Amino acid sequence: MHTAAPAIELERRRDEIKQRLDTYRKRITVCTGTACQAYECLGVFAAIEEEIGAQGLESAVEVRKTGCHGFCERGTWVAVQPEDLCYQRVQPHDAAQIVAAATGNGVVESLLYADPVSKTKIPRGDDIPFYKHQQRTLLAPNRIIDPANLDHYLSIDGYRALAKALLCMTPEEVITEIGSAELRGRGGGGFPTAKKWRTARDAPAESKYVIVNCDEGDPGAYMDRSLMEGNPHAVLEGLLIGGYAVGASQGVVYVRWEYPLATRNIQIAIEQAAKAGLLGNDILGSGFDFHVEVHRGAGAFVSGEETAMIAAIEGKVGEPRLRYVYPAVRGLNGKPTVVNNVETWATVPAIVDRGAEWFRSIGTAASKGTKIFSLVGRLENTGLIEVPMGTTLRELVYEIGGGIPNRRKFKALQIGGPSGGMLGAEHLDTPVDFEALAEVGAMMGSGGIVVMDEGACVVSAVRDLVSFCRDECCGKCTPGREGLRILGGYFDDICGGRADESVIAAIEDVTHLMRVASLCALGVTAINPVVTSLRGFRGEYEAHIRQRRCPAKVCTELVEYHISQVKCDKYCTSCLSGCPTPGAIVGHKGVRKRIEQDKCIKCGVCEEVCPTRFSAVARFSGEPIPAAFRKGR
Amino acid sequence: MLIQMLLDLQERFRWLPQELLVELSRQAGVPLARIYRIVTFYEAFSLAPKGRHVVRVCTGTACQVRGASLVVKVAEQLLEVAVGGATSDLEFSLETVNCVGCCSIAPVVLCNEVHHAKVTPAKVRELLDLYK
Repeated sequence: MHTAAPAIELERRRDEIKQRLDTYRKRITVCTGTACQAYECLGVFAAIEEEIGAQGLESAVEVRKTGCHGFCERGTWVAVQPEDLCYQRVQPHDAAQIVAAATGNGVVESLLYADPVSKTKIPRGDDIPFYKHQQRTLLAPNRIIDPANLDHYLSIDGYRALAKALLCMTPEEVITEIGSAELRGRGGGGFPTAKKWRTARDAPAESKYVIVNCDEGDPGAYMDRSLMEGNPHAVLEGLLIGGYAVGASQGVVYVRWEYPLATRNIQIAIEQAAKAGLLGNDILGSGFDFHVEVHRGAGAFVSGEETAMIAAIEGKVGEPRLRYVYPAVRGLNGKPTVVNNVETWATVPAIVDRGAEWFRSIGTAASKGTKIFSLVGRLENTGLIEVPMGTTLRELVYEIGGGIPNRRKFKALQIGGPSGGMLGAEHLDTPVDFEALAEVGAMMGSGGIVVMDEGACVVSAVRDLVSFCRDECCGKCTPGREGLRILGGYFDDICGGRADESVIAAIEDVTHLMRVASLCALGVTAINPVVTSLRGFRGEYEAHIRQRRCPAKVCTELVEYHISQVKCDKYCTSCLSGCPTPGAIVGHKGVRKRIEQDKCIKCGVCEEVCPTRFSAVARFSGEPIPAAFRKGR
Repeated sequence: MLIQMLLDLQERFRWLPQELLVELSRQAGVPLARIYRIVTFYEAFSLAPKGRHVVRVCTGTACQVRGASLVVKVAEQLLEVAVGGATSDLEFSLETVNCVGCCSIAPVVLCNEVHHAKVTPAKVRELLDLYK
């Protein structure tokens, strides 16, 4: 028997919260994401709180700790509402100024973001180019709410979608809604979410499971962490709706151990939701029972694959299995199980709340909605972004990312994690869309984009990705295990100047075999960076092989550091004191310094610490050393 | 639950000595071979003692592009220990980590779970001195 009382109670509570929060004149939010924590954001928060207390403004100005605002490059970020003023690179000693400006309706000019070209100060967050070209649906609450405060989530209409699903929709209707929104999994594969849900719903079983996949192992990607840290209730709400739709009463949140803050925040969210009657038995009087537990992953990239994740949750070694029966039919403990990525779950409440029509109106023909990317590497503006599907890579790099710093040129971008593609400038007009990216040999993956400028060596970057996959490969199937081991050896040879011409054909053989014979998607896609880089950057491979030369001067085995005997200042000892290797730099105050090649470990400290007015240290690769750099002058 | 128990033990003792695993096997009724299979598979577990300070250099793609491998070299040189090892006085352990998800402040080094942003090769000495 359904009763509407708990739902009415929830709405009453929501109204109360909104009224209470409306009494504040100003709201100051401080980003406390993991990246900003490296910039002392907790000190900033404490200083602002203290300042508000000292001035007796507790009832007028509210201060909140929020999740990641996204533009991590410029942390610590502080935002002032309702004006949406955004302050960058805030330090604890700026607190007094910020509070004074907020109460006097002023602005702290010195902390505003300045346009890099025109130098004009931009007060409003949404006008900053990094944010202006985005469409932030999932990420928007990150700047507003305290993730550890359920009231904040309720104040932005959180759990309204859950009430709607439980009380006004049948499970069938929920699946149909998600299906007509054409939501596709955000974890990499892009599989239609509703199809997975329907398979699990139709599978006959007494108990079923829904799982949140937060084993975000792709190097260069952190959107899941940011959602789990910044808005865990949205993930939980999505999971509840999914559980209701497929007929599961048990949910599991799998979080990797490298994300302690995400683990803590989702645990807090679960406790709060249970206390508020949003988890447990007879949720909102609908008769629906649902329980959630958190499983900490113990660190294995391959556990992000859904069959491996299920094995890990069962307490076994997290290795994938052949998927002749899909987990949606037989998964955790042999029961039908739906595994979806964090971002997918967080999207569900928005679709239920705003309708499939709204979601479908965003994006391209086959990829709907918005997608979060972590846009990192050699860019002016790095951080977490959310854009409609169909946005081109060029827009991401140049409009949101602000282009490449120091007037250097774009060289390549690596999209989709270690199994993604390495795309050169000729692919910049590719839209972010599951099919369009697959066509150029890359993939959406979980959405990591690492940009490289001309100072990066593509071959060495691919070597890092191959050795990452080799180390993370579970070893269960021979093509994955041996293929990656052999490829790793080839790349070590190329970067070490020991390979001959035949290596490229050998690489092509191995990658072909891995594509057709690997057991799971990780083996099949691990070759993507190799194949795409061989296609787009063949010249760079050939330079390493034929001329034993690294054009970008990155591969340390092919590089030598030398000090110019003309530019080196006799009385400067920066390199001597910076060098970590005893005896690698010879000389003392009063003479020009030299590098002993057989002792040098090529760490680059001397080049970094040499004052720019001298710029005496240079790297050489496969070229004659100019006279000015030779000893005996 | 075995993995969760092992994670708790790892967190408490910072490594997993053999006696501990034998005792766990006895109390939990799980074959020792299965326990070893798990602790050698996952990265979170350590079968050797760790240093008082654990220095972990992130070598995710974004950190690599900004020079993480050079940071590793300098740290190895200054601590006189290879990645994966601990100094003889057990003051420092040096490890690499695949990605800590702080890619926009790369290169990142974690010291005892504290994130340090934009650690270039030349800044490693100063960073380590904080913990000496």
